[in-house]
Amino acid sequence: MRRRSDAATALLFFIIVASLFPLGVGAEPNQLRAIGPGVIWVAALLSTMLSLGRLFAADYADGTLEQLALGAAPLGVVVAAKAIAHWLVAGLPLVVIAPLIALQYDLERPLYGVLAASLLLGTPVLSLIGAIGAALTLGLRGGGVLISLLVLPLYVPVLILGAGSVAMAAAGLAPSGQLLLLAALLVVSAAFAPWAVAVAVRIGVE
Amino acid sequence: MLEAQGLDCERSGRTLFRGLTFSVAGGDLVRVAGPNGSGKTSLLRILCGLLAPTQGEVRWRGTPILRLAEEYSRDLVYIGHASALKDDLTPYENLDIACRLASVQVEREALVRALDALAVPALPVRKLSQGQRRRAALARLLLSRGVPLWLLDEPFAALDAAAAAHAEELIARHLKAGGSVVYTTHQQAALDSGARVIDLAVN
Repeated sequence: MRRRSDAATALLFFIIVASLFPLGVGAEPNQLRAIGPGVIWVAALLSTMLSLGRLFAADYADGTLEQLALGAAPLGVVVAAKAIAHWLVAGLPLVVIAPLIALQYDLERPLYGVLAASLLLGTPVLSLIGAIGAALTLGLRGGGVLISLLVLPLYVPVLILGAGSVAMAAAGLAPSGQLLLLAALLVVSAAFAPWAVAVAVRIGVE
Repeated sequence: MLEAQGLDCERSGRTLFRGLTFSVAGGDLVRVAGPNGSGKTSLLRILCGLLAPTQGEVRWRGTPILRLAEEYSRDLVYIGHASALKDDLTPYENLDIACRLASVQVEREALVRALDALAVPALPVRKLSQGQRRRAALARLLLSRGVPLWLLDEPFAALDAAAAAHAEELIARHLKAGGSVVYTTHQQAALDSGARVIDLAVN
């Protein structure tokens, strides 16, 4: 990692967006508790989005992507590794910092674990699906905005399940249903996204 | 042995070449000639499998390259216009990554020696001149002796006379060892005399 600032921006963006809401809507504890999970999840989506453009763009520009496509390893494996790297830099820090953000929304202590667990299961899905969008928009003008338009609708199920699991737990019910569905999404996207990304990258380098 | 059978290439609605058939055996040196925009780079990209031809197919040792996939990739080195070097890394690190991706096993000393041989300074790539970058990219060839097929797009561009001579010597040694080289160039190189020419202008 020669560009530490790149990794920091996604995390700082998440913290700032999540911190703006309490300042904007006022410090009414009940209201904050109600919007907390949703806001934190939306902030996580947006900050993941922010770093997606860089996933393949630099490699595409300097020709590395061609060499990856001609590498000895199957392209699907290589892009899966890139998606994992993206998650480690852009997703994992969010999982770690989320309980601290939850403090701002006065979420109850037991919810911290549920929030972190939902992010832990959900953010890898965001990286994997995002990689498809990043690969599809390779070499297009205005790729950054296009990625958002392509990928954000696909993020909706993750958002609903992620925020829903925390809301469930807040209502005193077991969040395991939502978390299991998130885990299922993770398994499915881990199985199919690398293949889709590899196909999109091949089209991109052509 | 690389065989191209009836290759057609169409880019953005324009036909670049049609019905191109040739074969490249071990020890063969093939130069792809033609004016700018005649499809030299496209042809090389088709040969390495990055670009699908509109018609026809490329076979490596009798099997279509589409079917071989990574097996074919392991048998070739492609050095394109883009240097595939990361600006933030040193040439050593870049070369190390390139070798790992190609699953070429090399010692640390061999890497250092290859870069020294081409006089590439150990600075982050962003600080290198165009010619030095090209040398850093070509250093891969020094470590790819065992790879039978070299596809080189403008290998001599931006190189000074000494580096160009060094690159030519590398190619000559590769040919003698039974490897094949397909390249494009605009410069006059001493190598050209021994090369078979595929002229895209007449196609």
